[in-house]
Amino acid sequence: MRYVIIGNSAAAIGTVSGIREIDSAGEITIISDEKYHTYSRPLISYWLEGRVSDKNIYYRPDDYYEKNGVKTVLGKKVTKIDTANKSVVLEDGLSVPYDKLMVATGSKPFVPPMNGLDKVHYHTFMSYDSAKAIRSELKDGMKVLIIGAGLIGLKAAEALSEHNVDITVIDMADRVLPSILDARAAQKMQRHIEAHGVKFILGTSAEELTEHSAKLKNGSTVEFDMLIVAVGVRPNTELVADAGGKVERGIITDQTQKTSLDDIYSAGDCTVSHDESSDSEKILALLPNAYMQGEVAGRNMAGRESYYLNAIPMNAIGFWGVHIISAGSYDGEEFVEETESTYKKLVFRDNRLVGYILLGNVARAGIYTSMIKEKIDLNEVDVDLLKQKPQMMMFGKARREEKLGGIVR
Amino acid sequence: MKKVYVNEDWCLACHLCEYYCAAANSGAANMVAAFRNGKKPVSRIQVEEGDKVNFAVQCRHCDGKPCVRGCIAGALSIVDGVVCCDENKCVGCGTCVLSCPFGCVVFDEANHRIQKCDLCLKNHDGEPACVQGCPNKAIVFEER
Amino acid sequence: MPVNYMNPLFEVVRDHDKCIKCRVCERQCANEVHKYDAELDRMVSDEMTCVDCQRCVCLCPVNALKIRPNENRFRDNANWNQQIMTEIYKQADSGGVLLSAMGTPKEYPVYWDKILLNASQVTNPPIDPLREPMETKTFLGKKSQAISYDENGKAHYEKTPYLELDVPIMFSAMSFGSISKNAHESLARAATELGTYYNTGEGGLHEDFYKYGKNTICQVASGRFGVFKGYLDAGAAIEIKMGQGAKPGIGGHLPGMKINDEISKTRMIPKGTDAISPAPHHDIYSIEDLRQLVFSLKEATNWEKPVIVKIAAVHNVAAIASGVARSGADIIAIDGFRGGTGAAPTRIRDNVGIPIELALASVDSRLRDEGIRNDVSIVVGGSIRSAADVVKAVALGADACYIATAALLSMGCHLCRSCNTGKCNWGIATQRADLVKRLNPEVASKRLVNLVTAWNHEIKEMMGGMGINSIEALRGNRLMLRGVGLNPKELEILGIQHAGE
Repeated sequence: MRYVIIGNSAAAIGTVSGIREIDSAGEITIISDEKYHTYSRPLISYWLEGRVSDKNIYYRPDDYYEKNGVKTVLGKKVTKIDTANKSVVLEDGLSVPYDKLMVATGSKPFVPPMNGLDKVHYHTFMSYDSAKAIRSELKDGMKVLIIGAGLIGLKAAEALSEHNVDITVIDMADRVLPSILDARAAQKMQRHIEAHGVKFILGTSAEELTEHSAKLKNGSTVEFDMLIVAVGVRPNTELVADAGGKVERGIITDQTQKTSLDDIYSAGDCTVSHDESSDSEKILALLPNAYMQGEVAGRNMAGRESYYLNAIPMNAIGFWGVHIISAGSYDGEEFVEETESTYKKLVFRDNRLVGYILLGNVARAGIYTSMIKEKIDLNEVDVDLLKQKPQMMMFGKARREEKLGGIVR
Repeated sequence: MKKVYVNEDWCLACHLCEYYCAAANSGAANMVAAFRNGKKPVSRIQVEEGDKVNFAVQCRHCDGKPCVRGCIAGALSIVDGVVCCDENKCVGCGTCVLSCPFGCVVFDEANHRIQKCDLCLKNHDGEPACVQGCPNKAIVFEER
Repeated sequence: MPVNYMNPLFEVVRDHDKCIKCRVCERQCANEVHKYDAELDRMVSDEMTCVDCQRCVCLCPVNALKIRPNENRFRDNANWNQQIMTEIYKQADSGGVLLSAMGTPKEYPVYWDKILLNASQVTNPPIDPLREPMETKTFLGKKSQAISYDENGKAHYEKTPYLELDVPIMFSAMSFGSISKNAHESLARAATELGTYYNTGEGGLHEDFYKYGKNTICQVASGRFGVFKGYLDAGAAIEIKMGQGAKPGIGGHLPGMKINDEISKTRMIPKGTDAISPAPHHDIYSIEDLRQLVFSLKEATNWEKPVIVKIAAVHNVAAIASGVARSGADIIAIDGFRGGTGAAPTRIRDNVGIPIELALASVDSRLRDEGIRNDVSIVVGGSIRSAADVVKAVALGADACYIATAALLSMGCHLCRSCNTGKCNWGIATQRADLVKRLNPEVASKRLVNLVTAWNHEIKEMMGGMGINSIEALRGNRLMLRGVGLNPKELEILGIQHAGE
C-alpha cells in the first residue's frame, strides 16, 4: 500500500500515527512545500519571542520519519492531484503515485485588499519562514503595526514585545480576539495587554497604506517601520477543488475524513468539521482537531473503520501570563462570574453545558470540555459544583469510580 | 499497568499527597528545602474536598490521551503507557489543560510550563510519592 | 473570669524554620489547636484545647512539631500537687464529677515489672523456637476431669463447648459506641486472621460484622444493649460482664449525642438517647442468680457456646471467682484495676480495685485449693503491655490474656486519655464521620496482626529459654517466676519466691 500525505504538520503526523496503528509495512510519503522537518506551527510565536529554541520548534524528534518509515519530499509544492492515474504531480513535473492520499494542506494567511498594500513591504505570521523573516528585520526601537487583533496578531504582538519595539494593533472589529471571547472578556484581555505597552486602535481599518504609514478610516494615521498582516486565514482547498472534489468553505469530508473523491482523505485546517456544540459546519482550525482528524483518516486509509466525532471549537492560549481557555458554543443561557483578574462564562442549552470561556483562572478546564463533548445531562451532575469550578466532585460516586478508579459497576 | 488510584472512603483531605508530590518533583533535596523562602512547588495531584467525600485526582494515563494528541509542542509523549511531559519542550500553552477530561494537568506558572503526574518515574523506585505519603492508605498504586 | 483560668496542659513547639505551612496540623486537629494566620503568614497554636494526642506531630511532613508539658507550674507542693490542685479548680468551676478515660495514669506498683523469668542453663537445655516446634495454641473452657473407658476401649469424657486460640491473646471488650465502627472492623478482621477472638463489649454487634462471628465473643452486660437471639447465636462465645477493672462497681454511660443511626440500630435503642448501663445486673444479686443467667444463655444457644463471666479485680476476688466457677461458667475473665475505659469517674478509676497480678495469683491458688481449677479457664486483662506480661500471667496461672489498650495503641491511639470527648483524632474513640474515616481497617487490622504476631514470637522465645515448648506447660508454672523488691506478703500472695531463692 502506498500512502501519500500532502502536508507536514499536525494533521499529517496524525495521519502517519493512524496508519501505523494498523499498517506497519505500507509506504508513506510526506510531501510539503516547506523545507523543514515537521515543526509546530503554533510555536513560531514562542520562537520569535525567544522562548523556544531552534531545536525545540520541531513537533517530533529528529528520527521521527526514520522510526515511522516515512519518506519525505520537502520543499516541493504539489500542483495537481491526478485522480485518473492516482498520482500527485509536483511543481517540478515529477509525479508520485498513491493508493490512498491525504490532503493536509492547512491554510494560508488571508490578506484582504488594501489600497497601497502592493507597494508596501509587509509580513504575514503563519510559517517558520515568516517568523524568520520578521526576526531578521527586527531592529531596536522599531514601530510595528499589526493589522488584526485575533489570535495570530496578538501572539505576534506578544512575541515582539520581548524585543524592544513599539507595537500598535488595529482591527476592524471593536474588540480583541472576537473569535474566542465575548465583549466583556475581550475588554479585560485588552486592558491586560495594554498594560504591557501594546496600543490598540479598534473598530477601524487601514484606508491607505504607504511605505511607512497607514491612514485609517477613522482619520488618524499610524507610522510604522514594519507591517504585519494577520487578519485571518483561508483553507488551502485548491488541489481538491481542481480535482473535482466537493469544497465549500473548506474541503468537505465524511466522518471517516474521506473527501468526495475516491481514496482521497483530508484533515486539519483545510477541512470543514461538524461542530457538535452548535450543530453546524465550521472550519475548526485548531491543532488537536487536525491531529485527531489525521489519526482517524489514517486508520481508514489503512483499512480500519474509524470516525471523527464530537468535534467542538476549543482554544487554549495565553497572553503575558494570562490564560484563556474556551470551548463550544456561546449560544444559550449564560452563567457569568467575574473578579478583578478572572472571568468565567458558562453557556447552557438543552439542559447541557455547551460552551464556556475561562480567563485568568483556567485550572482543570478540560472537565468542562469533556462535559460538552460527552453531552452530559445536567441532571447527572451537581450544577452548583459545576458552576463553582471544574471538579470531579460534581459527578456522582458511580461515575467518579468509573472515571477515576477504573471501576465499572 | 499499575496506576495510582484513590479510595474516596479513606481520603481525609489532609492534602499531604500534594505536598509529597510537589516536594518529590521540585528537584529539592527534601520537603523543607522544596518550600524554603516561600517557594510553592507545583503538585501534580490535587485533592477535591466535599462535605463528606474527599479524593485526590491525578493523571489517569487514560486510553484516549487527548493531552498527548493535542499537544502543540510535541512535549507530551507516552513512555511505556505513562504520559510524560518533556519540560524543555513544553511552552505552557494549556491545550492539554483544555483537553484533559479529569482536570489533571496543572500549570507551573513560574516556569511557563505544565506539570503532570508521571507516576514518579524519575523520583522514586517503586511507589509514587503521593502513595508513600498517604497517612491512611487512601492512595494506592496497583493494577486494576 | 480569671479565677477559673485553667493552665493549658501542653505547649505546642513549632520549628518555624521547618514549617512549610501545609496546614495538615490544622486540618487534622479535631480540637482546633492549630490555625493558619494569613496576616502573619504563619501557623499559630491555641494550646488550651491540646490533648497531646500526637496526631499533628505524626502527620507533620517536616517534623516541625513537638508537644511538651506546659512548664508553667503552680507553686510546687508534694502534698497539694499540680494534679490535685487542677482537679479542685475544675470541680470548683463545674460542680461535677471528674471524668477520665483509659487506664489510671497513677504510679501504682506494676507487679509484672517486679517479676523475673527463669531460663535454662546446662541441664534441661533451652529450645530454639526457630528450629523446633513450639506450641502457643490453647483452649479455653472446662477441662474434663475424668476419662472412663467402655468395654470396647472407647474413651468417654464430658465434652463441653470451648474456644480454640492460636495465640494466648484475645482482644478484650470494647463496645461499638465507645470505639468506632472502623476500629471494630479492624479488631474483627485481625482476630479472624490471627485465629483468636475479639469482644463486642456491651454495644451489640453491627450487622456488617456478623460475618466475623466465629471469631467474636458477644458480651451481655447490665444494659443488655443489642442482645437478642440472633446476637447470641452470632458469636463463638458469650461473655457476661459483671464488672470492669477500670470502674468496678460502676455502670456505663454513652451520651445520647454519640447514639447515631448505626449505633442506635445496633444497640436497639432510640437515636439520641443516653445508653446507660446500670452498675448491677438487676437480675443478679447472688451466685445463684448468676448461675441462672449462665444457664439461660446456654439454653438459648443450644449449649453450643462457652460462657465467660467477666469480673473486676476487687478485694475478695478469689471468693467471687470461686462462686463464678461454681455458677456453670466455662471461663472467668478477670480485669485488673489498671485496665482501660472509654470514660469513668476519675476517682473510681484511680482508687478502686486491685492489681491483676495479685488477683490472678490468688484466684488461681484458690481454685486449685478448692479443686475446681479445671472447671474453668482464667483469662486476665487490665494492662497487659507486652509479651513478657503475657508469659508472666500464664506462669502465674492464666490460660490466656485479654488486651485492649495495647490493641488500641497498635491502631494509632497515643493514650491522650480523651476518649470521653468523642473527638479522637485517630478515628478510634469517636463517632464523628470525618474522624472515623481516619482509621482505615485495612491498615489497622494489619497493625493488630503485626503486634500479636510479634508478641507470639516473643512468647515462644521466652518459653524456649525456659525449656518449655507449649504454652499449656507454662500455665501455673510459678517456679519459672522470681520476685525482685517484693515484700514477703506480696511474694506469698503471688506464690513465687524472691530472686536468689
